[in-house]
Amino acid sequence: MGTAGLGSRQALLGLAALLFLIDLYLIFQYAPTASEALGLQVQRIFYFHVPSALLGMISFAVAATASVIYLTKPNPRRHGPSIPKVPKRRAAKTRAARFFSRVVAMLIWVPSASVGTWRYLCRVEKRKWDRIAWASAEVGTLFFSVAIATGAIWAKPVWQTWWVWDVNGTLTFMLWLVFIGYLIVRSYAPTVERGSRWAAVVAIFGAAAVPFVYMAADWWEGLHTERITGPGASGSMDSEIFLTFMFSLVTFLVLFIALVAERTAQRGIEESIEELRREVSA
Amino acid sequence: MKSYLRSAVAVYAKDMRLEARTKETFSAVLAFAVIVAFVFGFAFDPSPSVVALVGPGIVWVAYVFTGILGMNRTFAVERDRGTLEGLLLAPVGREAIYAGKLASTTTIMLVVEVLLYPVFLVLFELNLFNIWFVLVTVAATVGFSAVGTLFSAIAAHTRAREILLPLLFLPIVLPVIIGAVASTSAALAGDGWDGVGKWLQFIVAFDLVFLVLSSWAFDFVLEE
Repeated sequence: MGTAGLGSRQALLGLAALLFLIDLYLIFQYAPTASEALGLQVQRIFYFHVPSALLGMISFAVAATASVIYLTKPNPRRHGPSIPKVPKRRAAKTRAARFFSRVVAMLIWVPSASVGTWRYLCRVEKRKWDRIAWASAEVGTLFFSVAIATGAIWAKPVWQTWWVWDVNGTLTFMLWLVFIGYLIVRSYAPTVERGSRWAAVVAIFGAAAVPFVYMAADWWEGLHTERITGPGASGSMDSEIFLTFMFSLVTFLVLFIALVAERTAQRGIEESIEELRREVSA
Repeated sequence: MKSYLRSAVAVYAKDMRLEARTKETFSAVLAFAVIVAFVFGFAFDPSPSVVALVGPGIVWVAYVFTGILGMNRTFAVERDRGTLEGLLLAPVGREAIYAGKLASTTTIMLVVEVLLYPVFLVLFELNLFNIWFVLVTVAATVGFSAVGTLFSAIAAHTRAREILLPLLFLPIVLPVIIGAVASTSAALAGDGWDGVGKWLQFIVAFDLVFLVLSSWAFDFVLEE
């Protein structure tokens, strides 16, 4: 994501813009008007609401995972990495041994693709995981804000209320608040390093609280209100609606990746400028 | 394990001795709690039917606010007097420091909460002397301190500690607040284990998860 150069990042942003134009056409021209229960024209806001809520959740997962890796990864050494010696492979002597080694090689080859990905992720440096988490949190805050606003705009005409204390709403709101705490704790930290560590802890705590919030909100809802059947829960979706919806999802995903890559790269530049400034003043 | 317990108890004993001599945190937090309860009397009409409806809510709002105030002091006291460095330099594990601080915070909060029982009884005729409510109080308070002790260590190192702690603390402990309010309603309605049990198990599960997580994260938080 972050190794991408300026050119590929701009290409990604361009692709997101293009997809968005097509998406707007699909949403407002191609997709049919929804049933009255979903609010007729107002329903079209779902093509913004659901993908942004989903991407918000994904951004939280990304931020929390990157935070765990950032905290647990050992610090890089100052004076160059030590290169481990690779032991020489000995050729197998007997036929049985050759056959056995081939079976082993086959067994290794299959998962090697995933191992390759894993190796690549392992080479990503410690600081970069922090930048990815940060970027993801910023973009996630944006997506959650969009999701909350569009949800309220839809619910007012259809459910006659801006806000319903249902599970999804509560969880979204809570994660949005955690993200805000995540961003604020960094700005108050005395040093960048401490801010990164504190923010990582906040993200991990938020992730650990998710199942609890989900359960508590679910039980609470059962206690207090009649459950309102969520949109799309009943009946099958039109194929046009489904297509538009999927397209919207892909569009938002590309936009998300583009924004996170951009912000991650910007942070990297900021950090190297800071490094240079320290070197010059020292 | 034995040395871990011994150092945790030492940190706890130090905090308790300090508190017993100055009564700084305790008196301020208790006074604040009484003020919150008093102000609530004017926020709504304190007639029995209304109290039955909103009683559990105000009890827990009062507890959470006083908890934040008390937890802010946990590390702020050390930092203001410059004793935090000494504590960190002591040859004990960070987990032991966390455990000791957690125990002292929980103790102070529990004492304040129990002292509020008669206040709620007098002001709102809300009878909290109920074995189920006591269990919920203990479980939820442990959950609050497990999260709050860790975040107060973060907040104490910043310029804006008063604002930062609630900002980080409240979203995370939201499930405990929900569980505590719901189980308090059930307990005060006389439901017993049938109504309270589910929530009590839920809060205890939260406590366990966050106790483990906080002792793990504490080292990262204090690292320079």
